[in-house]
Amino acid sequence: MSRHELDCRRLLCPMPVIRTQNRVAGLAPGDELAVTCTDPGAAKDIPAWCRINGHELLGIEHGDDELVVTVRVGASEDG
Amino acid sequence: MSKQRKAVALISGGLDSMLATRVVQEQGIHVEGINFFTGFCVEGHTHAIRRQERAKPKRNNALWVAEQLGIRLHIVDIVDEYKDVLLNPRHGYGKNLNPCLDCKVFMVGKAHAWMREHDFDFIVTGEVVGQRPMSQRSATMPLVAEESGVGDRLLRPLCAQRLAETLPEREGWIDRDRLHDFSGRSRKPQVALAAELGIEDYAQPAGGCCFLTDASYSAKLADLWRARGNREYDLDDIMLLKVGRHLRPRAHFKLVIAREEGEVKFLQGYRRQFTHLLPTSHPGPLALLDGRADVDDLELAARIVARFSQGRDADKVRVEVVPTGGEAQTLEVAPLATDAIPSGWYV
Ligand code: SF4
Repeated sequence: MSRHELDCRRLLCPMPVIRTQNRVAGLAPGDELAVTCTDPGAAKDIPAWCRINGHELLGIEHGDDELVVTVRVGASEDG
Repeated sequence: MSKQRKAVALISGGLDSMLATRVVQEQGIHVEGINFFTGFCVEGHTHAIRRQERAKPKRNNALWVAEQLGIRLHIVDIVDEYKDVLLNPRHGYGKNLNPCLDCKVFMVGKAHAWMREHDFDFIVTGEVVGQRPMSQRSATMPLVAEESGVGDRLLRPLCAQRLAETLPEREGWIDRDRLHDFSGRSRKPQVALAAELGIEDYAQPAGGCCFLTDASYSAKLADLWRARGNREYDLDDIMLLKVGRHLRPRAHFKLVIAREEGEVKFLQGYRRQFTHLLPTSHPGPLALLDGRADVDDLELAARIVARFSQGRDADKVRVEVVPTGGEAQTLEVAPLATDAIPSGWYV
């Protein structure tokens, strides 16, 4: 298991979801990805995307102007 | 046991693709969704810019629909590839800069490539004959199937009974009798089917699925192309056209002026790419200058920005002007009178 980071600052939805999806496709089940976003919509979209595609939402940290959404890659067959 | 057949459905976030998917799911087909992001989609972004909307971000309807249907959703970024569709549509534009028919052909073609790559059997769309003036006429439905290369593996469950039989029907994967014969612009059959399937909550998008069907957005895009002398654009351009007031006082430059705090924040992200102006003696909006500006132009730009500041009635307003990579300077200017801004400047 390894931990990765993804910078989605300034990207508006659905770009943070797309970047997360594409990054996760290259990770192994159990890996963690911390996605930093400035679009508050990501706090809804990334969790929804996780639920749909079988990944686990580990948490959302809200900062002043940023939020970090952390995801654990699920055991799904092809991202 | 017969093989589990699999379909990929084009999911827009609206009711039609939701219904089409459900109809096929009801027949035991495994469905996954695909959603294309052109950059112009109404879904997502602008909601995130304006402040009152930041407080209550909207859901992404495509993701939401997928969750309701219990299907996976693959979102595909086609911003770059879509340029060729928008700039060179073989079938031309709709009422505004929407190349709907070419867009459909392109998306179905992309879904087809995805289908083959992932070993799926056919494609599902929520199209209805006669629903949209351009892309969903009865004459154009076969054209989409043909030009996209997908042929008879394209199933439109909502109007299939009005169209030629497709492969999934012929092969018995799908029972044609349990498909539909909707046509025209009336939404009644969809609403009734939704009720029948127990679907109560769904998005009702007004008009098309993207900003290109919007007259004022299309005008801004056309203005940008005209001013640049070419039709290049990137994602930043697309986004900036959705934000702020756009005024073009001279052919060679335009101003994008924030209307509220959320837009100020958003435009701040572009300060390094554009000359920007900000009133300093009075509270006022951040503005970006797109184009070329000489000394006189900068003064004019500062006077316009001053007009939108709280110093609009003052004799003088100080405006900081920061060129890209250059020294900031402060101009002291008389705000332009409201009636000195011709309506033709508003893009
Ligand atoms: S409205 Fe926009 S996204 Fe929808 S078919 Fe037309 S061009 Fe494509």
